[in-house]
Amino acid sequence: MARIADLSIKKHKAGRVAYLNARLIDPASGLDEIGGLISDGDNIADLGAGITADGLAEDIEQIDATGLVLAPGLVDMRAHLREPGFEHQETIHSGSRSAAVGGITTIACMPSTNPPIDDVALVHFIERRARETSLVKVHPIAAITRARKGEQLTEIGLLQEAGAVAFSDGLNTIMNANVLRRALSYGTIFDAMFIHHPEDMNLSGSGSMNSGEISTRLGLPGMAPESEAIMAARDVRLAEMTGGRLHLAHVTTAETIDIVRRAKARGVRVTADTAPHYVALNENAVGDYLTFAKVRPPLRSEDDRQAVVAGLRDGAIDAIASDHAPHDQDSKRQPFVQAAFGIVGLETMLPLVLELVHNEHLTLARALETVTSAPADLLKLRAGRLAKDGPADLVLIDLEAPWRIDSKAFQSKSKNSPFDGRPVQGRAVRTVISGRTVFDLSSEG
Amino acid sequence: MTADPSPYRFTHRHLLGIEDLSPQDIVHLLDLADSYVALNRRAEKKQNTLHGRTQINMFFESSTRTRTSFELAGKRLGADVINMSPTTSAIKKGETLIDTAATLNAMHPDVLIVRHPDSGAVKLLANAVNAAVINAGDGSHEHPTQALLDALTIRRRLGTLSGLTVAICGDIAHSRVARSNILLFNTMGVRVRLVAPPTLLPTKADRYGVEVHHNMREGLKDVDIVMMLRLQTERMQGSFVPSEREYFQFYGLDYEKLAVAKPDALIMHPGPMNRGIEIDSEVADDINRSVILDQVEMGVAIRQACLEVLARNLDNPEHNQ
Repeated sequence: MARIADLSIKKHKAGRVAYLNARLIDPASGLDEIGGLISDGDNIADLGAGITADGLAEDIEQIDATGLVLAPGLVDMRAHLREPGFEHQETIHSGSRSAAVGGITTIACMPSTNPPIDDVALVHFIERRARETSLVKVHPIAAITRARKGEQLTEIGLLQEAGAVAFSDGLNTIMNANVLRRALSYGTIFDAMFIHHPEDMNLSGSGSMNSGEISTRLGLPGMAPESEAIMAARDVRLAEMTGGRLHLAHVTTAETIDIVRRAKARGVRVTADTAPHYVALNENAVGDYLTFAKVRPPLRSEDDRQAVVAGLRDGAIDAIASDHAPHDQDSKRQPFVQAAFGIVGLETMLPLVLELVHNEHLTLARALETVTSAPADLLKLRAGRLAKDGPADLVLIDLEAPWRIDSKAFQSKSKNSPFDGRPVQGRAVRTVISGRTVFDLSSEG
Repeated sequence: MTADPSPYRFTHRHLLGIEDLSPQDIVHLLDLADSYVALNRRAEKKQNTLHGRTQINMFFESSTRTRTSFELAGKRLGADVINMSPTTSAIKKGETLIDTAATLNAMHPDVLIVRHPDSGAVKLLANAVNAAVINAGDGSHEHPTQALLDALTIRRRLGTLSGLTVAICGDIAHSRVARSNILLFNTMGVRVRLVAPPTLLPTKADRYGVEVHHNMREGLKDVDIVMMLRLQTERMQGSFVPSEREYFQFYGLDYEKLAVAKPDALIMHPGPMNRGIEIDSEVADDINRSVILDQVEMGVAIRQACLEVLARNLDNPEHNQ
């Protein structure tokens, strides 16, 4: 087969496959042992140290995974897939190929589309397009407010019934506290999760990077890091007031993370994620007006970056999301102030998360948890686990393989990555969805 | 035996910012400009240093004095000079900066003088053309020829740069002139004080190797030079400062505030001035202290010097891309 499967693979039900001699890691259960896993059709039939080549039925396809980690396929809880509306930047199909290469088997896609996913018909559209064109599992996140304008609530109950896994207005902060309060309050009926972008838009103004020494040197308008903490503090109070489920998207500053940590300690229903670039880079990456490093929230100071790592370690930050934000060349080949915000991330998430393991900031189990069971649990998806009778959504990882990120080779339609050329260690060598291999690094093609 | 020091050579292909220049580069440009000052005072001013060369002045932001200064500098050196104001042409039609650069490049200009409202835009354009590029001001980032002409003005009046103290006053946050001057003064051993209300200071200005003051009487104490910056009128209507008259009261340069500076302290302003807002007319017109018109004269000479050093490298194959 080719490296990346074509869509015809979806027509055939998978047979029985045994992955043998692998290091099985399931962060949710704490499993970490050498053994095998057998998938039958869509699901995992069995797994454990006892499964070896001995005594396997002859009709089971055998895959030798010696030296490789076998983990649950990655769950990306926030990616912008741009369809409908911006298909020149990404489609569900191209995004799904990109995800497959990155070891991601489930994507929750953001409603930053045109039209936005603020109506049941749009949820159905995404689900249909995913069925027809996606190699990986795709679940829509619906808007909190109509047209993501921060004014009127969407049909939260109907959208969730139709399949929306969470609610978010993307990068549009709901500046009116009463609107977010009502969403959180109303959402308690359905236990809906609201993914909010914490940024006081008035305070950050028209900034285009973190405000600090570097923005001053470059003469670029800055976004004060306080604009994140101030909004996060407000949001946490609203969650506390309503009992609603609040999830703060891409937290990036020490102060914000501390607000989340303290809120969790007193029992507020708040969770948070961050993105790989906030762990792997700081504001210095903007360098000489590198627009590929222009992202919202902006890359922060080194102190803040270290606080993000610490937050991942102690659980103040629950999950890592790719924050995949594809942009065409014209949006980025611009003076810095005019360039679009965003970084493509599906194909770089796993190696960047593994950097945290190689640098001994996180254990392998915790690192994988942030991209598998943690986001799956937040979205209440049956995913992100190695479990008998659970879905056979798997990734085989070569932890040690050294390679260089090459944005030209990305499957994404967009190449806006500040990581081009970065030497990294570890990558997905095989991605399996519902028992079918959709990506195999070792194959010709 | 020590080898002879290698002769000085200006190695830059473009002049994009003071940040890229060494102290030797700066002294070389100032020395060269000194000779142009003398030449410019003669009846016959024309040179043929840039004979046959094409210079395009591209001002994406309106300007009269800087553009005229570059135009004169180019013409006096013998270049064919063309002025473009892309605000009224292609940019309005949605052409990107890179497209504009490619279009221009196909016309084989030798030197581009570029001003743009966005920080970093001149460098972006420079990377896409074969011509030498001089930054005539990019957003709030740099305006290197202004800093050089200020340094030349000071050196000619006070005989030196090193060891002096300068107070830069006004809208520093949005000023490319301030940034380029701070960099140049730091490089040349001039002590810098910034005097402004906190709303007009950039973040972490104190990390720039400067002293920061919010009070003019403290900030101007014993300084050799007072450099006033222009305050854009749109920043005076309650967004950054409450009103013009309040600004003048606390930050406008008048004789009373100036009294704490050295008795012969120079007064500078990059122009155009807002009389009665950041500077009192009497002070601005004080022929003994105000060097504002010297600055204009030095501007032409400095730009000639910059054009000359870049022209030397135009045919250097190392610089061709």
